[in-house]
Amino acid sequence: MAKNKKKDGASAPSLALSLSGISKSFGPVHANRDVALDVHKGSIHGIIGENGAGKSTLMNILYGLYSADAGQIAIDGKPVRIASSSDAIAHGIGMVHQHFMLVKTFTVLENVMLGAEKGFQLDSSVEATRAQLKKMGDEYGLSVDPDTLISDLPVGLQQRVEILKALRGANILILDEPTGVLTPQETQGLFEILRALRDEGTTILFITHKLHEIMALTDRVSVMRQGEMVAHRETAKTDMEELAQLMVGRKVLLQVERTKVEAGEPVLQVRDLEYVDAAGVKRVDGLSFDVRAGELLSVAGVAGNGQTELLYMLSGILAPTGGSIEIGGAKVTADNPVDAAHMRDLGVSHVPEDRHNRGLVLPFDAKENSILGHHNDRELGGLLFDRAAIAERATRQVTEFDVRPPNIDLRAAQFSGGNQQKLVLAREIDAAPSLLLIGQPTRGVDIGAIEFIYSRLMEMRAAGCAILLVSVELEEVMSLSDRILVMMDGRQIGIVDRDAADENMLGLMMAGVSSEKAA
Amino acid sequence: MTSHGLPRWADVGLLPLINILAAVIVSGVLIWVIGENPFEAMAVMFNGAFVYSGGFGYTLYYTTNFIFTGLAVAVAFHAAMFNIGGEGQAYIGGLGAGLAVLMADSFLPGFLLIPFAVAFAALFGAAWAFIPGYLQATRGSHIVITTIMFNFIAASVMVGLLSGPMMREGQGSPETRIFEPNGHMPYMHEMLGWIGIEVARSPLNLSLVIALAAAVLVWFIIWRTRFGYAARTFGHSPGAAEYAGINTTWLIIAVLALSGALAGMMASNAVLGEPHKIVVNFTSGYGFTGIAVALMGRNHPVGIILASLLFGALFQGGTELDFEFQTITRETVQVVQGLIILFSGALAYMFAPMLARILFMITPEREPA
Repeated sequence: MAKNKKKDGASAPSLALSLSGISKSFGPVHANRDVALDVHKGSIHGIIGENGAGKSTLMNILYGLYSADAGQIAIDGKPVRIASSSDAIAHGIGMVHQHFMLVKTFTVLENVMLGAEKGFQLDSSVEATRAQLKKMGDEYGLSVDPDTLISDLPVGLQQRVEILKALRGANILILDEPTGVLTPQETQGLFEILRALRDEGTTILFITHKLHEIMALTDRVSVMRQGEMVAHRETAKTDMEELAQLMVGRKVLLQVERTKVEAGEPVLQVRDLEYVDAAGVKRVDGLSFDVRAGELLSVAGVAGNGQTELLYMLSGILAPTGGSIEIGGAKVTADNPVDAAHMRDLGVSHVPEDRHNRGLVLPFDAKENSILGHHNDRELGGLLFDRAAIAERATRQVTEFDVRPPNIDLRAAQFSGGNQQKLVLAREIDAAPSLLLIGQPTRGVDIGAIEFIYSRLMEMRAAGCAILLVSVELEEVMSLSDRILVMMDGRQIGIVDRDAADENMLGLMMAGVSSEKAA
Repeated sequence: MTSHGLPRWADVGLLPLINILAAVIVSGVLIWVIGENPFEAMAVMFNGAFVYSGGFGYTLYYTTNFIFTGLAVAVAFHAAMFNIGGEGQAYIGGLGAGLAVLMADSFLPGFLLIPFAVAFAALFGAAWAFIPGYLQATRGSHIVITTIMFNFIAASVMVGLLSGPMMREGQGSPETRIFEPNGHMPYMHEMLGWIGIEVARSPLNLSLVIALAAAVLVWFIIWRTRFGYAARTFGHSPGAAEYAGINTTWLIIAVLALSGALAGMMASNAVLGEPHKIVVNFTSGYGFTGIAVALMGRNHPVGIILASLLFGALFQGGTELDFEFQTITRETVQVVQGLIILFSGALAYMFAPMLARILFMITPEREPA
């Protein structure tokens, strides 16, 4: 970083990229408003902002996926017009998307080659790509076996392939929330690669909403809020508190107030739980744990290590293939499965990880969403729905959870991510559960709503509800839980008390190191 | 706002009108190329459908068929299922209605026989849709494939029956005997005559009222009952339905059976109303056209009634066109009908982006919410 600063002082900084006056509206929503951004050549430039601040829109404009309503883009000082992603690639811009865009049944080489085939026959392209992959591996440590199928690679390596693909002829690399799917160790590996790329002269735009990543990696940082660029800073001259304030526009405290709660009787008892999916893969492998009344147990782990299947079994969406779940006096086993409706009757509420495809029906209004899963309740009418009762229930939920705008006739899709999450949470807590299952409660949720959600969870805990939280955010796990269960490859690596755990230890456990060794 | 960036009134009102206009323009060009005056042709169609004696009655007779088949498609569509087996379900529904009457018209009075026959039509249609529904729900056999195959099976079964055991004795054409009068759905002109209103004779019968009642019932089921709620939840998001604990196996079967029952009830018009016998191929494509009707009516009962009226008028006016002009044949009329289906069905949203831009330009800027 110091090296870069000196360079700037010596001469006028050369800009790899300069955006000015970029505006983009979707209907009445201004996703970007008069955005300006200068990115110095050969630097890592972070862009931070809450979900919905307009970061992804801006990057999609830069990459030609959206066209801006107004504004100019200059690359290396020359104004350019980027109307499509092929224009962007031609101007040396590469992008690694948040969700991988790889053909899983293709090899690494085939994926990297895709879109850059020259001519009708592939031979020459294959050779060129192979040589290029070897060169990248030698120069930046970006090595991946070119002949492995993508589906056989762990997530971290899949991302490496995305980077290799994006780097094909690119000198500006955009990474959109790249660490969401990585373990802390994989994240460190990614950072090292990015630093190596920078030192070789690649300009990197790093999009994230995680403050510590900005501090750890970037040379400069720009902050977005509600579609506007609110500040540009040199990373060395700012700190997390300032950036957090800039992001939300007010001072926030992410410290959760945890009252001391005496845990009661076990509400949920899980023994040797197993789930083998249709393809014969063991997704959950021998979990045994209890959750007691007034206790919050977190399940930590990198996404995709069996947490989703665990939640689905506990909520009745999937039937276990082995072991047992005891809840509310019922014992669920492979031979005695219980469906989601029955689980609700047993006192289980479930805030699913995927609120768009599970927890909400997006085209339904708030009223209809307020009864999802509860539409057979007797109090909602006989043969026909009692519409007044539904409206009353929706109003109660929306009011209690401060959903904004408090309009029960709006469709779920019209609420922001945080308010959508509040809709789900309101419905599930309204059912007065004895066990609350909650997956990724703050994914895609702004800081204001996060605080609110945390405090409601703590209230539920204080009221004697047993809570099982699945989260990939270690900070969240650390600040909310009483105990933490770490999963990897469907296995239970260990259960640790919160007070005995730290992020480093959890990170090692998430990579499969047992709790004794990790400690 | 809809997914196409159009306000709702434009999506359900303006856009279909523009689509029809586009189809009319292309049809006009076609008729002009054939060598006829498109405006004259249009006048003939309009008069034939609405003005000539009995013309409107015929229009409404066809409308009735389309309401049933359109509702059938729409009900399934709300649960994200594409039932393209309306044709076969209506055909088998006709078998049900016909069997009921043929069995019982010698001893049951009309006021018992007619409801009995309509119920049979619905039951047979439902049963015919039940099989693909069951296969979809339990075996994952895609209903688009199975329902279309069941159309062929229905056609073969009916030809076999109508040219075999059910064929009218001493006759050589594949149809049943004519029902006794107590098995006839009362004609509208007769019923209006009883209360002193004189209208021209037409095949229009009480089935129209049944169709309109069915439309109201469908609206209630879809938007006011638990069953409809579950169906729409599943239709929008199978994942959410699973999360909510909705029994999707049962739901798929029930929705398809309801859809088939509605298609089957078309027989109350096309068999019991007129011609009072089961004729081979009496469904003549109404089941398929129901898909276009439902698309154009945006799967809403009111939209379906309006779209059915349009298609009814097209069918009736088209017949007149065929009569009046030497050069315009039945096939030409079918091309015109096809164009309407094309523009309002398959290309339903072709003009949506353009319309959205125009509306965006002419509407005054509103304060962002």
